[in-house]
Amino acid sequence: MKENSVLEMRHIYKCFPGVRALQGVDFTLGKGEIHALMGENGAGKSTLIKVLTGVYEKDEGEIYLDGLDKPAVIRSPQDAQRLGISTVYQEITLCPNLTVAENMYIGRGTGRLTNWKQMNTDADRILTNLGIPAKAQQQLSDCSIAIQQMVAIARAVDMDCKVLILDEPTSSLDESEVEKLFGLMRDLRARGVGIIFVTHFLDQVYEVCDKITVLRDGQLVGEYVIEELPRVKLVAKMLGKELDDMEEIKDETNVYHGDDAYVFEAKGLQSEAGIKPFDFYIKKGEVNGFTGLLGSGRSECVRAIFCADKVTGGTVQMNGKPVKLTKPLDAMKNGIAYLPEDRKLDGIVGDLSVRENIILAAQVLKGFFKPFSRAEANAFADEYIKLLEIKTASADTPIKSLSGGNQQKVILGRWLLTHPEYLILDEPTRGIDIGTKIEIQKLVLKLASEGMSVTFISSETDEMLRTCSRLVVMRDRRVVGELSGFDLTQGKVMETIAGGDAS
Amino acid sequence: MTKAQTAKSGPASAKTKMTDTNLLLLITVIVFIIMYAGAMLFLKKGFLKPQTFLNILNANSALIITSCGMSIVMITGGIDISVGGVVALVSMSCAVYLDYQGGSVFGSLLIALGIGLAFGAVQGFLVAYLDIQPFIVSLAGMFFARGMTTIVHTAPFNVANEAFVALKGARILIPGLGTVTKAGKYVDAYVVLGVPVALLIVVLLFLVLRFTKLGRSFYAVGGNRQSALMLGINVKRTRFLAHLLCGLLAGIGGYVYFLYVGSGSASHAGGMEMNAIASSIIGGTLLSGGVGNIFGTFVGVLSLNTIQNIVSSIGLDDAWWTGITVAGMLCVFLIIQSVLLARKR
Repeated sequence: MKENSVLEMRHIYKCFPGVRALQGVDFTLGKGEIHALMGENGAGKSTLIKVLTGVYEKDEGEIYLDGLDKPAVIRSPQDAQRLGISTVYQEITLCPNLTVAENMYIGRGTGRLTNWKQMNTDADRILTNLGIPAKAQQQLSDCSIAIQQMVAIARAVDMDCKVLILDEPTSSLDESEVEKLFGLMRDLRARGVGIIFVTHFLDQVYEVCDKITVLRDGQLVGEYVIEELPRVKLVAKMLGKELDDMEEIKDETNVYHGDDAYVFEAKGLQSEAGIKPFDFYIKKGEVNGFTGLLGSGRSECVRAIFCADKVTGGTVQMNGKPVKLTKPLDAMKNGIAYLPEDRKLDGIVGDLSVRENIILAAQVLKGFFKPFSRAEANAFADEYIKLLEIKTASADTPIKSLSGGNQQKVILGRWLLTHPEYLILDEPTRGIDIGTKIEIQKLVLKLASEGMSVTFISSETDEMLRTCSRLVVMRDRRVVGELSGFDLTQGKVMETIAGGDAS
Repeated sequence: MTKAQTAKSGPASAKTKMTDTNLLLLITVIVFIIMYAGAMLFLKKGFLKPQTFLNILNANSALIITSCGMSIVMITGGIDISVGGVVALVSMSCAVYLDYQGGSVFGSLLIALGIGLAFGAVQGFLVAYLDIQPFIVSLAGMFFARGMTTIVHTAPFNVANEAFVALKGARILIPGLGTVTKAGKYVDAYVVLGVPVALLIVVLLFLVLRFTKLGRSFYAVGGNRQSALMLGINVKRTRFLAHLLCGLLAGIGGYVYFLYVGSGSASHAGGMEMNAIASSIIGGTLLSGGVGNIFGTFVGVLSLNTIQNIVSSIGLDDAWWTGITVAGMLCVFLIIQSVLLARKR
């Protein structure tokens, strides 16, 4: 082992049926270092992390840890914890039915008894130190998602770990929470903890990290010191090609040129999810978007449009004719398609094949007693696998074995197959790689130029500025402004969200 | 507010709501008290006598014990419907051992524990390590236990072993709670031997679930199995131990049952597993796992039997009336639980 390194992974191999997920990957983490692990979806980041945390067993290779003269044996998450490897996952991996304090302490230590008083006092102290607004004795499910994530981090921080793995921890946090997390990461770095940081946000990488390791297609591309790797180069390394697409897409004018026919118009729409009544319209071939901070109600708005939440008031017109929409099927029949925010919960049917997932919505519209023939289904599946460049072994592969970005493409294909007039995309680019992000953005613009109306939601403002010609701004579950044309700038959007003159 | 104050009251100012487990326990206890107090006020009759309450304990100490095991398995997100069958098998095996093999009382107790542990271990292994649905596993367990009972001995019979009969007849007198009979004679209140055993188990398991690592692991596994694994809990072992414990308690419950009825029969403890599930649910254990309380289960058994007593003392003595009442009570509890949990969100 090299001096000053706390973790070394050597020649790690891991295969899944049909996929070589890791092929001889090396990874070195130094003491007091924040190390970004970058790569597109399917590059092998998650697999590498899971090998390190004992969720998967590696096929070949060695893992060396500081303080151990033999290669470490990690067969289960318990082993990893014992060896000082703590992990915070993107999905909250805590128990919702236990208290905050218990979630921080369960599964640790050697004693057989739980000293509640001590545990609660300790937990409260740590929570206060980290500035996390939760109480030790509160049940975890009563906290917001962001706070739950912070509790997971608090747990990891308190475990005196040598290696802390943060696997996309920021995707459910807002900016101030991210700042708090970064502060925490810098503290830990100062204490000599090695931190592996997995994220899709380039800004965040350049804000906190010291080193970057890039993976692509299960292979190591290289390890770089952050100062020596400008963003453009990083992106190029991740994609394996020089990329000027980002510039290209930015130059496209996004002023709406179409006619004035409203495809969809809602007045005073309101749903059970607790949004204030809002008015909304979209014209033919227009791309617009809802923007606002996390929890501002942007998803709830589009869910109300699609009737994914129970609509409690308001009127809806499509192409100038009043329609009554009460459930998602009504919306689908009227040519609305909705790509939900939560891919796992509302989107994929994990055990069904890619083909079945693609034809699902179209089949529902056609009626279950008139099934598509095998040939038709195959044709549809092949068409969209090709069109969207979905990376899958075959159309028969269960969708759950695809990477996140490819799952998202399948769901997108599912909705495109219904040939909607109005397509709603709620966070279609979250948790997927830059290459796919740009592909999706381009696709949106292309669909719009062909006459489809698209509502696009993303937590990355520049992505929305790039694609949308009109932005509806939300704050505290209320529409507070609408921006278009020359007002479409980062500054103006921030100002409106924060509550400037537009309110 | 000054900055110092804000910092100090940071976490403390967050609103603390009751945990789901405690909320459901509270509902159970309140409903039981209202029910029993109502019976004392309006029905009077026997309900004013302490012995009536003690008789509920006497008749149901076995159910209390098996329900505790059921609750533990349910908290881990599983279920065990073999407990009734195990109770019957234990009774029959012990009866045959005592009367036909000339066995000792102590030996029969060992047999009871052994049968319970064996069922718990095998079912726990199948559920935890081979990852087979607990419902299917314990369904097989139930049929197996019932079948074995008949194989051990077909005809029902009463045990005549003297030591055992003496033990069965043993009464623990409770001074001060006695009643005066119509004839004017003072009779002491009493409980049978099973009652202290059941109470001891309730207290012990309450403490285990509340204060031990293992106990909290049951809750964690039931709350979210994947997360529990990630948090460093040995999920397989935890699930195994839950089933093992449930089997052991079915064995103990079986012996207590045997001690109460004093006979072996293939039809003993019919539907006891369902009563145990009902008691657990009334006691605030969620079928989805992760939420529940042993004390609640204890109160659940009492509630279940109190309502049956009330129904029969009103004069609706037919079996279907109790069935319908229990069904209604379960519905009411499930509705109260889901409404309260939904409102809390």
